[in-house]
Amino acid sequence: MRLAKATLIWAALAAAICVPIAAAATSPLLAWRGPVYILAGFAGIIALGLTLVQPLLIAGYLPGLSAYRGRRVHHWTGGALLVAVVVHVGGLWITSPPDMIDALLFASPTPFSPFGVIAMWAIFAVALLALFRRRLGLRTWRIAHMSLAVVVVAGGVVHAMLVEGPMETISKAALCALVFGAAIKVMADLARRMRATSRGESPVRQ
Amino acid sequence: MTTVVLNRRNLLAAGGSILATGVSGLLLPARAQGLAPTDSMAGGANNYRKGAPIVERIGKGGFWMSGTVRRAGDGAPLAGQRIQIWAHTTEGQEHEPQSHGATLTDKNGSFRLEMPQIIPIFGQPHGHLAYDSGEFKTVFLRPVMPSAKDKSLEAHFVLQPA
Repeated sequence: MRLAKATLIWAALAAAICVPIAAAATSPLLAWRGPVYILAGFAGIIALGLTLVQPLLIAGYLPGLSAYRGRRVHHWTGGALLVAVVVHVGGLWITSPPDMIDALLFASPTPFSPFGVIAMWAIFAVALLALFRRRLGLRTWRIAHMSLAVVVVAGGVVHAMLVEGPMETISKAALCALVFGAAIKVMADLARRMRATSRGESPVRQ
Repeated sequence: MTTVVLNRRNLLAAGGSILATGVSGLLLPARAQGLAPTDSMAGGANNYRKGAPIVERIGKGGFWMSGTVRRAGDGAPLAGQRIQIWAHTTEGQEHEPQSHGATLTDKNGSFRLEMPQIIPIFGQPHGHLAYDSGEFKTVFLRPVMPSAKDKSLEAHFVLQPA
C-alpha cells in the first residue's frame, strides 16, 4: 500500500511536469522558431516545473527521500532552477536583444514581462543568500527565503499564465495551479512550525 | 470611408479620452483643439531596420496589415505616406530583412500590405509599423492581435509636423 502511494505520488509529479513539456513540444509555433529561441522557451517551462519540485522536496512530501536527502536535493534543484532561468533569459536575449532589454528595464509593452523579471531577481537573491545561510541564522534565513519564494512562485506563475507561446493552455494552467498550491501548503506548514518553535513548544514534526 | 478599430492599446494611448462606440468610423476627438497625435508605443521600434523597400507584398502573403494615416488637429487624410511594416511571421523572424517591407497610403490616407501570417513572438502575436519619413514626427506602433488566429491587423497613425 505504501509502495502504491509512493509510486502514485512520483507518477503524478512526473506527469505534472512532463505533460506540459510534451504538449509544448508538439506546438506548431516551434516550426517558426530558431533552436536558441526553442531552447530558451523550454528552459522557462523546466524552471516552472522545478518550482513545483522545490517545496515538495524541502517539506519531505516526496516518498523515498529522507529529510536530509530531500534538503540536499532541494539545494541542487535550486541550482538547476537558477541555471534554467539564466538559459531562458540568455536565449531570449540572443533571439531578440531589444525585447529582452525592454523586459529587464521594465519598459516592455508585454504585461507578463515584469512578473518574470521580478521572479528572476528573487531567484538570484535566494541563491546569493543561500551562500551566507549559516551566517544568517536559521530563523532569518527561513523568513528571507520564504518571502523571496513567495515572489518567485507568484511572479513565475503569473508570468507563465500571461505568456502566449508554445505551452498548451490546460496543462500550463494545471502546472501553475500545482506550483501555487504546493508553495502555499508548504509555507503554511513551515510557518505553523516556526510559530510553535518560537513559543518554546516542541515542533509538531521532525 | 475610413474604418477605425479601437483596441485596448489605442484606448489607453488616448488616455481613455476616446469612447468606443462600436460605430465603425466614428472616432470622436476628445478635445476641441482637434485630433491628438499618436504616440509611439513601448517596444514599437524593436528590430526596426531603416529603409525597408516599398514592396507589392512581403513574402508569400496571406495576412493583411492595414490602417490609416491622418494629420493631427484637423484629421485630414495624408496621401503618399510611406509606412514600414515588420513582424515575426511564418517566413522569418522580426529582425530578418525578408520580414520587412513598406507601402504608401492612397488618396484617402489608407494603406494595406499583404504579408505572411504573424505568429506569437515574445509572448504576444503582434506587428510593428513605423512612419519615419521626416516630414512628420516619427511614430513606431506595435499593435497586438486579439487572437493569434487572426488573418489581419490594423494600426492607425495621427501625425504631427516634425
